[in-house]
Amino acid sequence: MAVDPLIEMRDVNKHYGKLHVLKDINLTVGRGEVVVVIGPSGSGKSTLCRAINRLEPVESGTILLDGHPLPDEGRELAKLRAEVGMVFQSFNLFAHKTVLANVSLAPVKVRKRSREEADRRSRELLERVGLLAHADKYPAQLSGGQQQRVAIARALAMEPKALLFDEPTSALDPEMINEVLEVMQQLARDGMTMVVVTHEMGFARSAANRVVFMADGRIVEDRAPEEFFTAPRSERAKDFLSKILKH
Amino acid sequence: MNVLTDNFSLYGKGLLGTVELTVYASLLALVLGFLMASFRVAPVGSLRVFGTVWVTVLRNTPLTLLFFAVLLGLPRFGVVLPFQLFAVLALGCYTSAFICEAVRSGINTVPTGQGEAARSLGMTFGQTLSLVVLPQAFRSVIPPVGSTLIALAKNSAIAGSFSVTELLGTYKTLNELGYSVVWSFVWIAVGYLIVTLTISAVFNVLEKRWGVPR
Ligand SMILES: Nc1ncnc2c1ncn2[C@@H]1O[C@H](COP(=O)(O)OP(=O)(O)O)[C@@H](O)[C@H]1O
Ligand SMILES: [Mg+2]
Repeated sequence: MAVDPLIEMRDVNKHYGKLHVLKDINLTVGRGEVVVVIGPSGSGKSTLCRAINRLEPVESGTILLDGHPLPDEGRELAKLRAEVGMVFQSFNLFAHKTVLANVSLAPVKVRKRSREEADRRSRELLERVGLLAHADKYPAQLSGGQQQRVAIARALAMEPKALLFDEPTSALDPEMINEVLEVMQQLARDGMTMVVVTHEMGFARSAANRVVFMADGRIVEDRAPEEFFTAPRSERAKDFLSKILKH
Repeated sequence: MNVLTDNFSLYGKGLLGTVELTVYASLLALVLGFLMASFRVAPVGSLRVFGTVWVTVLRNTPLTLLFFAVLLGLPRFGVVLPFQLFAVLALGCYTSAFICEAVRSGINTVPTGQGEAARSLGMTFGQTLSLVVLPQAFRSVIPPVGSTLIALAKNSAIAGSFSVTELLGTYKTLNELGYSVVWSFVWIAVGYLIVTLTISAVFNVLEKRWGVPR
């Protein structure tokens, strides 16, 4: 299905002690594709997401980014990570830096851009997520939704080939979820390659090319969103959907 | 009272010796302490082991024993240095173990998500530590590091027993000259107070400047 694979996971396995959290994971994400990962809590979605940029090392299997296997910890890995942005559930903005400095830090220190150039580009990105007016504030002065939009701008500032989202709206008050989802929708329309762990079905239906359903560390279904939501094949998925659709 | 005015240059030399020991050993302890703390949180296993061994050995060795080891041990391996330098080495290495642990506990107050965000942006371990984690750890590290350096200033007295000129050692000369023991010690104590209160003041300023929570 994926013509031009950007992220490839082949037979990936991971344990936490005795707990087998990723079981023979095979997943290919093509360039420009948006893949939503869905599944019950504890099924290994975050671990899968974090394995892609090796925030969590895996024990066996191969993970390729744009054809290159993930290197071990060190400079090479750092270089590769710069190509894959990550957005966390808890935002993780640098608490001691202003919004603008949060976005500019990595371009200056990792990409070695000049401060002026980085700041100019950061302002463009903040404009794009609607937060230019808040550039000189500290993260703690912003709402959760605003912080998450800054976090997206910060990830984009590295001009990554792909973005990983681990439940980006789960820590937000309901009225702030949409402002973040809108930014993500726009990214999807612009052709960004995205892996998104989320339970936002509206987003999955409108933006995703595929939905990956995980349970107990396995990928149980990997299908087009409409098919998955209207006619899940597995009992686990049926059960899970019936639970979240009740809300 | 005239024990001070009569022996001003003796006291002055002693105080200067203590200040020198304190300053040089503090610098060494800070550099080594930060280095060992970064070793202890490094992604490389061998560095973590090195840091742990460093702290465990130095923190659990009596300082006097360490002085003996350095002053008597190193010359056996052909390392011959002025006594003052040996004393700085012993004091600095010993104190670095405590600085390391203060810094490490400061690092642990910074949420892990901060480091993860930095790494996910492609920062190396060194960049993550120096640009994101340590600046946020700094605030909680200032008070314990201040206390540790005050302890260092007082511990420098041990060097006097090893023929290094420092404040406490002046009492021997004064005693031989027949001055009152009590007054000799009072002025020695005042000398230590000058040093330790200066350290306190410096760290109070640092805390005011950097310790503001955001
Ligand atoms: N650092 C860790 N140490 C031990 N167990 C962990 C760790 N992180 C996650 N787990 C466990 O691994 C399983 C999968 O976790 P996770 O990937 O976070 O699931 P999800 O994101 O789908 O809720 C869970 O059972 C969780 O308790
Ligand atoms: Mg999770």
